[in-house]
Amino acid sequence: MDLGFTEEEEMLRDAVAEVLDKGAPFDKVKEIEMTAEGYDPALWQQLAELEMLGIFFPEQYGGSDLPFIHVAIVMEELGKRAIHCPYMSTVVESGLLITEGGNDRQKEARLPRIAAGELFMSCAFYEEEGGYSKECIQMEAVKDGNDWVLNGSKLFVPDANIAEALIVAARTEEGITLFLTDTRASGVRLDKIPTVGMDNLCRVKFHNLKVSEVLGEVGRGWELVEKVAGKFAAAKCAEMVGGMKTALEMTVGYSKEREQYGRPIGGYQALQHYMANMLMAYDTSFNYLYKVIWKIDASRDYAVDAAALKAYVNQSYNYVAERSIQIHGGIGTTRECDIGLFYRRAKACEYAAGDTRHHLENVAAAMGL
Amino acid sequence: MDFSLTKEQIALKVEFEAFFREEMKNAPPDIGHVHESDAAFDFHRYMMKRLGEKGWIAISWPEEYGGSGRPLMDHYLFNTVRASFGAPGIDQFGAEMYGPTVLLAGSEEQKKRLLPPIARGEVVYCQGWSEPNSGSDLASLKTSAKRDGDHYVVNGQKIWNTGGNRADRIFMLARTNPEEPRGKGLSIFSADMRSEGIEVRPIEYMDGRGEVYNYNEVWFTNVRIPAEDRIGPENAGWKITRETMNFERSGIGGFIMVEQMLEKLVDYCKSARRNGKLLAEDPSVRLKLAEIYAELQAKRTIADRIAWLQDSAGSHKIPPHYASEGKVMGTELIQKVTYLATELLGRHGQVTKSEWTKIKGVAESFYMCVGANIYAGSNEIQRNITAWAGLGLPRFS
Ligand SMILES: Cc1cc2nc3c(=O)[nH]c(=O)nc-3n(C[C@H](O)[C@H](O)[C@H](O)COP(=O)(O)OP(=O)(O)OC[C@H]3O[C@@H](n4cnc5c(N)ncnc54)[C@H](O)[C@@H]3O)c2cc1C
Repeated sequence: MDLGFTEEEEMLRDAVAEVLDKGAPFDKVKEIEMTAEGYDPALWQQLAELEMLGIFFPEQYGGSDLPFIHVAIVMEELGKRAIHCPYMSTVVESGLLITEGGNDRQKEARLPRIAAGELFMSCAFYEEEGGYSKECIQMEAVKDGNDWVLNGSKLFVPDANIAEALIVAARTEEGITLFLTDTRASGVRLDKIPTVGMDNLCRVKFHNLKVSEVLGEVGRGWELVEKVAGKFAAAKCAEMVGGMKTALEMTVGYSKEREQYGRPIGGYQALQHYMANMLMAYDTSFNYLYKVIWKIDASRDYAVDAAALKAYVNQSYNYVAERSIQIHGGIGTTRECDIGLFYRRAKACEYAAGDTRHHLENVAAAMGL
Repeated sequence: MDFSLTKEQIALKVEFEAFFREEMKNAPPDIGHVHESDAAFDFHRYMMKRLGEKGWIAISWPEEYGGSGRPLMDHYLFNTVRASFGAPGIDQFGAEMYGPTVLLAGSEEQKKRLLPPIARGEVVYCQGWSEPNSGSDLASLKTSAKRDGDHYVVNGQKIWNTGGNRADRIFMLARTNPEEPRGKGLSIFSADMRSEGIEVRPIEYMDGRGEVYNYNEVWFTNVRIPAEDRIGPENAGWKITRETMNFERSGIGGFIMVEQMLEKLVDYCKSARRNGKLLAEDPSVRLKLAEIYAELQAKRTIADRIAWLQDSAGSHKIPPHYASEGKVMGTELIQKVTYLATELLGRHGQVTKSEWTKIKGVAESFYMCVGANIYAGSNEIQRNITAWAGLGLPRFS
């Protein structure tokens, strides 16, 4: 067993941390989330220059071909700053689907542009039903000669407002199929949905949109999604573990400084027990996260663990963030105090890459129930 | 024992209900908290006037001070019905805190001068207790009030002042004896918010959109307060405040909020599907909803008990741990039902107030519930009180 990071991994973490410490202070994060674009183009370029945007892509497509643990490290560092940036939608989700399911031409056309920071993409899977299963996808793609025609709405599509292209899941006669679509086509309408995360979730409406490009095989789109879903979840968990770490540190730090009744509030055992619980939630989440990441990189079965991890981390991050506010007292409820960012992000993260019910259902099924 | 209402009480309840049913037709659409917009606040003022005319703001106060001279139980019934309509019109600070304080500790002159305008719904108060360094440890507060002839000169800063930007008057605690660093040096005052030297600076709530809460910093620079607006003897403010803190802490409003959110959630589950199945048919959903129901029914009985204790004592003064229990249980159950709502809504659980909202109030409550666990004495402090006063457990100092 060796539960440490390699020197290379540490270096990568330091490099990302340096860029984010400069480019993403909390004030900036709060300023950016209020803008229509909802991300910081300058920061994105810096991440591109650091070669973080093609981190696991094959080298021939502009990537670094590094193991998944590097993705986790980047996500963790992003999560520590509670920053929204299109890393999950573009690099992790779209990038994984294209590397796993795309043909050479599709990879060639998109991966190098993503890696260079020139292309944003996102996945438009889910609809009116709030869930995550195949049954929640009702939109039909109607065959029209060599093309298909899309009509209907997708909800909570991350970063669609800045994405040039979407991977849309729709039903065809053969089954669920993934289509590559251009968001700037005239049959596409976008609205940003106001959410607690303020993180660029959109409704995308399709009106007689003609599409011709399929990702993977017609009718087998959902298999492709399921193949990478565990990695989506694990990557998101890394962001959440990062968030937990900062929330815990900020709270412990504050509780040592803030005095009431002539003593630091961190000395009161009621609060100490919350913080002890928060530390346990963090430590276990961190360890389990990297165990799952290791399984991914070691090509072991990881699907069930990734589901269990996401369910666990959903609960843990929400707990840590909520208690963080409580320990801060009144100041914690303000926009000015940065701890509120984590309360809001924890909730938003809960829904990304599968909510608790969804993952626990999968775990229960895997347990033979 | 008898948990039922008398015939007269039932008749009164019916009267309250008829009134709110009618008046709430005038409410601005989609009304949330009273400070959310000018329209919401105007409606609050209008309702204050209407309730004043009815004599319901000060139901239990003596008639000579503008009240209706009725039992405290009627007040409880009124609050129950008002909460169930989500109706504004009661100034939580003037009618529920400052008024009873004056009633308890004010001079005859003060009662005659200060209480009737509150009872008529003409004046909106805000509460100036907390300071940046004196939250839980309120008695350590530093805002000073120095006697100068027939006035006091007040200097200092208050914080977390709910609605201070719209209030007409502030009631507050200030230090009249600088030699006494804690409770023994405090007095109660009230002041016109338009007094020279008062400055109100808004604080932005976590949501960043002003939709959830409205609180402020209030700065005092050489503010002159007439000595006749000091309530109770000089330096007796803390003793009085500790009694008035527990007024209207039956927590019934909180339990009614839980009840209403639970109802909306049940309705939602009867029509919304997840993975092709009705949520209401999912055993894990059913049990979670039923669990909240059981908790709600059990916990709201504490509000009944508090009301009954106060009613039979003919006074707000009851053992303080009851009020603390009610506050803790009400606020934490709202939080629990809110988080359950965000869970059962699936992805819709993250949507903030907008045309996309599926269940009204969930997003606001997601933001507000964490504040509720802190305000009016944090839930840790309430548990301390419950342990010390309710159980007589040792208190380390
Ligand atoms: C939404 C909202 C509205 C408010 N409205 C008003 C208002 O209108 N007027 C007004 O005067 N005030 C108002 N307040 C202020 C409120 O009363 C204080 O926030 C509260 O008393 C806590 O004080 P604090 O914020 O300074 O936190 P602190 O006292 O610093 O507490 C921080 C943390 O330490 C804990 N803690 C402190 N002491 C102990 C202890 N001995 N044992 C265990 N834990 C402890 C607290 O429970 C909390 O978790 C409002 C607050 C909020 C959040």
